[in-house]
Parts: sequence; structure tokens; C-alpha cells
Amino acid sequence: MPEPIDTDVAIVGGGPAGLAAAIALRRRGIARVLVLERESEAGGIPRHCGHPPFGIREFGRPMTGPRYARRLRAEAAAAGVDLRTGHSVVSLEPGGRLTVAAPEGVRTVAARRIILATGAREATRAARLASGDRPIGVINTGALQSYIYLKRLKPFRRPVVVGTELVGLSALWTCMRHGIRPVAVVEEGMRATARWPLSLFPRLLGIPVHYGSRLGDIAGLPRVTHVEIDGPGGRKSRLACDGVLFTGRFLPEAALVRMGTLALDRGSGGPAVDQHGRCSDPAYFAAGNLLRPIETAGWCFREGRRIGEAVADDLAGALPVATRTVRVGHAAPIRFAVPQSLSLAGSSRLTGTIQLRVGTESAGRLTVRAGGRLLWSRRIDTRPERRILVPLQGIDLPEGIDAIEIAIEPGGGA
Amino acid sequence: MPEAIADSNRISGIGTADVAVIGAGVVGCAVTRRLALLGARVVLLEKAPDILAGASKGNSALLHTGFDAPPGSLECALMQRGHAEFLDIRERLGLPLLETGAMVVAWNEAEEDELDAIEAQARRNGVGDVVRLGRREVLAREPALAPHLRGAVLVPREHVIDPWSTPLAYLTQALANGAQALFGAEVCGGSFDGEAWTLQTARGAVRAARIVNCAGLQGDRIERLLLGDASFEIRPRKGQFVVFDKPAAGLLTTILLPVPTERTKGIVLTRTIYGNLLVGPTAEEQDERDRATIEAETLAALIAKAVEFVPALDGMPVNAAYAGLRPATERKEYRIRHEKDRHWITVGGIRSTGLTAALGLAAHVAELLAGEGWQASPLEDPVWTPVPNLAEHRPRDWQAPNHGEIVCHCEMVTRREIEATFASPLPPGDFGGLRRRTRAAMGRCQGFYCGARLAELTAGRLAEPLAAGDADA
Ligand SMILES: Cc1cc2nc3c(=O)[nH]c(=O)nc-3n(C[C@H](O)[C@H](O)[C@H](O)COP(=O)(O)OP(=O)(O)OC[C@H]3O[C@@H](n4cnc5c(N)ncnc54)[C@H](O)[C@@H]3O)c2cc1C
Ligand SMILES: Cc1cc2nc3c(=O)[nH]c(=O)nc-3n(C[C@H](O)[C@H](O)[C@H](O)COP(=O)(O)OP(=O)(O)OC[C@H]3O[C@@H](n4cnc5c(N)ncnc54)[C@H](O)[C@@H]3O)c2cc1C
Repeated sequence: MPEPIDTDVAIVGGGPAGLAAAIALRRRGIARVLVLERESEAGGIPRHCGHPPFGIREFGRPMTGPRYARRLRAEAAAAGVDLRTGHSVVSLEPGGRLTVAAPEGVRTVAARRIILATGAREATRAARLASGDRPIGVINTGALQSYIYLKRLKPFRRPVVVGTELVGLSALWTCMRHGIRPVAVVEEGMRATARWPLSLFPRLLGIPVHYGSRLGDIAGLPRVTHVEIDGPGGRKSRLACDGVLFTGRFLPEAALVRMGTLALDRGSGGPAVDQHGRCSDPAYFAAGNLLRPIETAGWCFREGRRIGEAVADDLAGALPVATRTVRVGHAAPIRFAVPQSLSLAGSSRLTGTIQLRVGTESAGRLTVRAGGRLLWSRRIDTRPERRILVPLQGIDLPEGIDAIEIAIEPGGGA
Repeated sequence: MPEAIADSNRISGIGTADVAVIGAGVVGCAVTRRLALLGARVVLLEKAPDILAGASKGNSALLHTGFDAPPGSLECALMQRGHAEFLDIRERLGLPLLETGAMVVAWNEAEEDELDAIEAQARRNGVGDVVRLGRREVLAREPALAPHLRGAVLVPREHVIDPWSTPLAYLTQALANGAQALFGAEVCGGSFDGEAWTLQTARGAVRAARIVNCAGLQGDRIERLLLGDASFEIRPRKGQFVVFDKPAAGLLTTILLPVPTERTKGIVLTRTIYGNLLVGPTAEEQDERDRATIEAETLAALIAKAVEFVPALDGMPVNAAYAGLRPATERKEYRIRHEKDRHWITVGGIRSTGLTAALGLAAHVAELLAGEGWQASPLEDPVWTPVPNLAEHRPRDWQAPNHGEIVCHCEMVTRREIEATFASPLPPGDFGGLRRRTRAAMGRCQGFYCGARLAELTAGRLAEPLAAGDADA
């Protein structure tokens, strides 16, 4: 077996979050920063998003995903990051050791700190328990984009598109630009998930949208020939097509976490972290979409940079030792809250920002309470997949209480 | 069909074969192997582009002992023969085994009352190593089980095997020892002239002295087509399954069987050889023989059932769902029809135990042929052709250097494995065949990451291509 690799910080995943963390660490003077990327090229999902806008905040101008990915790789190289592609991490061991499938065989990586940045992907047809035959032509947006932007191939010609999250609408655009004509869009809700004016997009393209509808049945062998749609009021219809594109419903790519010993948060589907991105094993940190489905590349880049800074602090002994851990609780309709805990160092003053998503359309007062006492609130009217932020900076936690509860309480008012 | 595929199995120089086997399910593959090893010139005719197009592609992958089979039945005897021969030959064919044992678990008082009878039947069937376990012993063995269980019968020699590499290994060895296989060769007619059969197939006429009908879900129709009548009626019985992601496999070691009912063995929870956890199958009668659809409500019910048995499965990611069709008939037993005068054997109605019994059935067919005076001349030194390993608990290709590239990250399938399977004597005919030979795209992302790469690597090599054409620039 080849020699173990010894390093200061190992980063699992070379997408925007992982590369941003690596660059930040190098700029802070950390000598050995190793990025392990399983694909043949780093850059993550943007590599196959052949459309703008990426990089506005980071690099000051809109660019396509592949350009953005190239720019990230160049910055990482310039910063002296040791980037290894074709390296697939297969397990996480306690205390900061990784098992890696490398081109030369299985290797071990020992690092003082490890940052997990493996991203997120869409729920598959199987995970959605979709009914029917199991033909060729049923894929997710990630695969669609790889077909088109990386391989110049069409996975289908006339698909039915399921979902109206931003990524679904962007998929319509990708299809139309490359000679694929979606037959229809199917959306369970009574309106689009993505915000206006993007929600008008299918109509502009002349693609019918079936709201309040579910994909009932996929039919055809070996390739899709049609789908059944369960419409509002039990109305069934049948659409001829040669593919089904399932879009959105992201989930963290967290198999390594599930297979290992790090605590997992069921709500977010990612590892449980504190406000510094630190996992239940303090040798491990996490950043990017692995923490929660799903944010923009720009967000993940900034988050990666922030976690990289935290790790640099930690290595310098400057990350304050927690004297108190505050659990962040939440109640339905809130689906998850990240970070899941706050580490306080010798003070009762909260820091950081909590990020939330709801499971259903909700309105009321968004509140933060501790032991029943209201610490913060604001009015809210939101829908699934929308980013919700709760700034905690400066809030004082009452004595003797080690949990805060975030809720959406009925009623409104100012 | 791409030319490369057609070329690789053009009907060539068969002349009059000794035996034509119809159907490349697990039974047909095993029969072809046995007869080839006995020195017969065998040709296997399969209508699909690849092996395992029928019942054999979706099963529970258990190597049964026959402990619960009808006592004295041919099924029981042939399962036990199959079980023994499998263990005897598996290392030489590179086939993996998980020696899990199975537990028939009673979850309530009524089921607990059945355990005595189950144990007694096992002993009557010659499975004398069964052990009765109390609640505590079961939980000590399987701590993740819901604690309300009442007891179990442990059957130590029930095992988990590789459902796809097993038939592949049988046929690969048959080909290495002189058999031929034709794909895309649906048998659509034929006649017997007193000496030999001439079969019309989609690939042309094939002449063979004898026929072994292993057409599974079409077995009765083949009889009607070629003999004029059918000795049984196929009544397909669908079984749906849900496959949990790899972290689930750590929750269970022993196969979990329910107390059976008249109609079905019931819902099984078992590890797979690929390192997942499987729940299923259902038992649903249907008329349709070619379509095995999955249904959201049924899958949700299977998941609920699994969670009821193993509570920690709650929220566990689902990787895949599939369904298989059992070639059941109006009766329970195997439907073997031997027409000496017409040189015909049907191996039909191999409903839910054929993966186990296949080698036993093959030996049985050979005996029937010998009984009609057919002279076998067994190969003295047959070639053994181990298949590539897909089992999670054995060394996989990605662990070795120079694998080229890991193409499928979820199942850790290498470029070298994909190229090797296309270069093998039995290359995949369709995408399902590629998945079954390599595990590519069978994991948690179902092709999110590797789908396009697979489309590129398989272009021009599969009956139905993954890509529908080039993208407009
Ligand atoms: C179809 C689609 C369209 C999108 N469109 C836009 C858009 O228009 N604008 C926008 O801002 N955002 C968009 N996004 C979101 C954006 O791509 C993500 O926010 C961003 O890529 C997340 O960065 P990340 O670093 O967290 O993860 P990723 O970009 O997913 O990177 C994770 C990396 O980790 C690697 N990896 C995973 N597991 C392992 C392992 N075990 N070993 C080694 N390496 C591993 C992966 O190969 C990958 O390179 C889109 C996302 C998708 C899926
Ligand atoms: C849900 C389920 C769970 C099971 N679990 C287990 C288990 O755990 N253990 C076990 O031992 N067994 C199990 N089985 C049983 C086992 O899978 C079957 O007994 C076995 O697959 C039957 O194989 P076969 O070769 O007889 O039929 P098939 O696999 O159906 O093969 C018949 C072949 O004939 C071909 N064919 C049909 N018509 C023609 C034609 N006209 N010309 C040419 N070719 C033709 C078909 O394409 C097909 O490939 C299970 C089965 C199911 C469905």
C-alpha cells in the first residue's frame, strides 16, 4: 500500500466551497493545504452549468459556470493549493484521517484538520418513489447539464420536466438552447417555487405548466414513451415524451458522514455544525451545500472562505474554546436550522447567523425564544426553498439556558 | 442493434446442435452450462439483447436451504442440490457468498405459535441445523431489531449471493466450454421432424436435436407455440423491492424472514452482496408478463414495514426501487414436462426459488436426457472462468492501482471494469446489462454524477443508447 499522505488541512471536494476554503487557508499562511477531488477536474457543479450568472460577488462580473470554475482553479493554483483530482474519499476516520481511492491505489490521509465540502445533489427518481416502468431517459438536472455542457450529448429530445425550483427553470433554458423541446412542466404546488419573474419563464417559452399535478406513472421500455399526470381533482392525463427530468429537491451529498461517526442533522441532511462549521469531531469542519440544500455558488464560496478562516484560527489556537454549547431547536414548518448549535466562549452573547428553510408555505412571526422568553422576532411570509436568515449578533442568552427555539408563530402584526 | 453486438453472435457453424435451450434466465444459463460440461453442443436462444431479461433480473438474491419448501417436493430436492453445487463451484467461478444465516422472526403471539411447525418442517426437509432462539438471543444477535419481537427460528445456511454475476458466471463458463448463445433471437415458431427440431428465430433458423424450454414467464406460450398445447399456465406474481443506501447495511447481519403465509414467503429484510439493505418483495398477481412496474404507495408501505422491524431505518436514504415477476403457475410445484418422443423438456414455473435451484434443475435436466439414452461425454478438464467481483466485502477493482478512473462514484466502478466487461466473451447488450455486470449507476445518485460519462463511454455499444443524439451547439 502506498505511503500515507500527511498534511495540515485536507479538504474533501473541490467545488466553490472547498476551493474557497483552500485559498483562504493558504493566504493565512497554512503550509500544506490539500484538496481531494474525485472528478478529473475541480470546480464542482459550476463546471457543467454553461450559463451565467456566476462570480458576480467574488470576481466582480457575471460569467458562465465553466469560466467560473476555471477561475477558481487558477486562484487555487496561484495560492499554492495542492489540488489532487481523481482522488475519491471513501471514509472518514475519527480524529482526522481519511481513506482515499487514488489512481495509484488506496491511500490514507492524515491531517490536523479536515474540511468536508462535498456539495449537494437532487433527489433521484427512486428516492422520490416515482411509479411506473424503469426506462432509460429518466434523469436529474445535474446529469442533463453534464450531458450537454461536458459531453455535447442530448439525453432526450422531448422530456417532461418535474418541478419549478430555480434549477428546473434553468434546465428549461438549457434544453431550449441545445435543441431539446420540453413537452410540459409538472408542479405539485399551485404556483411555481421559483420567484417571479422567473416563474413566467415556461410560459414565455410556450411550454405548458401543469400546476397542482403529480407525475403518476412513467411508462415505456427500454426508453420512456409517455407519462401519466395526476392533475387537480383527480383528473388524469397522459403525455407522450421520451424522457423525464426530475429537478430540484436537493439533498446534501452526505454519504461519508452517514457512514462515519460524525453527528448528522436529519433536518438538513448534512453534518451538524456550530457557527464555525465545526462538526461533532473537532478535527472536522464542513462548508458549502453539504451543510444544507441548497445555496448559490457565490454563497458557498463565501461560506467556504469563512470556514477556511475559522480553521486557520483554530490551527493558530485562536478559535475560542467553547465553554457553553447552545442547541438550536426548531419546530414545524421549519425544516432545518443551520448551524445546529452555537459554541459560546466565556460569554452569554450569541454570535453568527442561523439559516432556515420551511417545509410549507407559511406566514406569521418568526421568533427566537430561550426558555420561553422572546429574544428576537420579525414578521415573515415565506415559501419552501427560500433562504431565511436569523441574525443573532448581540443577543444575550438568559442564564442557565442552553437552547434556543426558533418557530413561526401564528398571527402577524409588526 | 449496433453492428458490434450483432457481429459478436452471428449464427455460425452450429449445424445441428445437440440441444437448443430457449431463454437466458438463470435457469437457461445453468442448463446451458451443465450440458456444455457434459460435452453437448448447446445453443442458447434469447430474445432480449442480454441475459436476465425476465424473472431473473429482480429477485431477493437468497441462496435457500429449502427449509420451508413443501416436504418431498421436487422443488425442495432441487433447491438443496443447487445449494450444494453452488457452494462447491462458487470459488472456481469467482462468485461471492455472504454467510448470513436467516431468522424467521415471530412478531406476535400467533406467529410465535407457528415457530414449532416451522422448525419441524425444516427438520423434515433435512435442514437439521436450525436453532430456536428466544427474544433475548435474537436481540443479542441483531440489536437493531424492534424489541417487541417474540422469538425466531435460525436457519444458518440461508445465504446471500450475487444475483447477476451468478448466472453470468454459468453462461460464461458454458461459452468457454463450447456452448453458443444468440441474443435478439426470439423463438417464434418451429417444427419437429422425428429426429430434430428446426426453430424459427428472429436471427434465422436453428436446428437442434433436442429442446429445453427455459422461457420463464413465457414457458407456457413456448409450449403452445411448438407443441400445440401448454401443460400449465403462467400467472405472473410481481414482487416490488426498495434498496436502502449503504449506511443501512450495518444495521443487520442476518436475513430477516417473516413467518410465511399460504401464498408467499412474505417481506424479507436482507443485506445485499453489494453492501446495501433490501426490503421486499410484495406478492401481487397480474396478467402482464413483460412489465414489472413499481408503485409509490407500495414502496412507501415497504419502507414502513422495514422501519417497523428496524426502527433506525427511519429516514434512511433510498437508493433504488425495482420489481421482479415470478413465473408462478396455477399450482405450487415446478412444472417439468418431459416429452421423450418429441425430444422436449420444459423447465417451467420456477416461481420463487430458481436462483437457488438453477444448478439442481440443470442436473435434473441432464438426468432426464440420460434417461432417454442420450450419451453424455463429460469434458475431462473443463475451463473455469471466474467473473469479476462485484461484492462489497471482497477486494474491488478501485482498490487496485491503475484502474483508469472511477466512473461511478457511488458504487466505485472503474473505467477498467467497464472496458473489461465490454471486452468479455459475454459483453452487456443493454444498459441494464452493464449495470448488472459492473454496478455502474446503481448507487445513491442514480447517474446524477456519472450518467453523462457513461453515455459517452457506452456510445455505439448498447442496444438502446443512453444519449438521444448530439446536443445543438
Ligand atoms: C443543476 C444545477 C444548476 C445550478 N445553477 C446555479 C446557478 O446558475 N448559479 C449559482 O450560483 N448556483 C447554481 N447552482 C448551485 C451551485 O452549483 C452550488 O451552489 C455550488 O456548486 C455548491 O458548491 P459546493 O462546493 O458546496 O459543492 P459542489 O459544487 O457540488 O462541489 C462538491 C465537489 O466535491 C466533490 N466530491 C464529492 N464527494 C467527494 C468525495 N467523496 N471525494 C472527493 N471529492 C468529492 C465533487 O466531485 C464536487 O467537485 C446549481 C446547481 C445545480 C445542481
Ligand atoms: C420477487 C422475486 C424474488 C425472488 N427471490 C428469490 C430468491 O431469493 N432466491 C431464489 O433462489 N429465487 C428467487 N426468485 C426466483 C427466481 O428469480 C426465479 O425462479 C428465476 O429467475 C426464474 O428464472 P427462469 O430462467 O426460469 O426465467 P426467466 O428469468 O424469466 O428467463 C426466461 C428467459 O426466456 C426468454 N424468452 C422468453 N420467451 C422467449 C422466446 N420466445 N425466445 C427466446 N427467449 C425467450 C426471456 O427473455 C427470459 O430471458 C425470486 C423471484 C422474484 C420475482
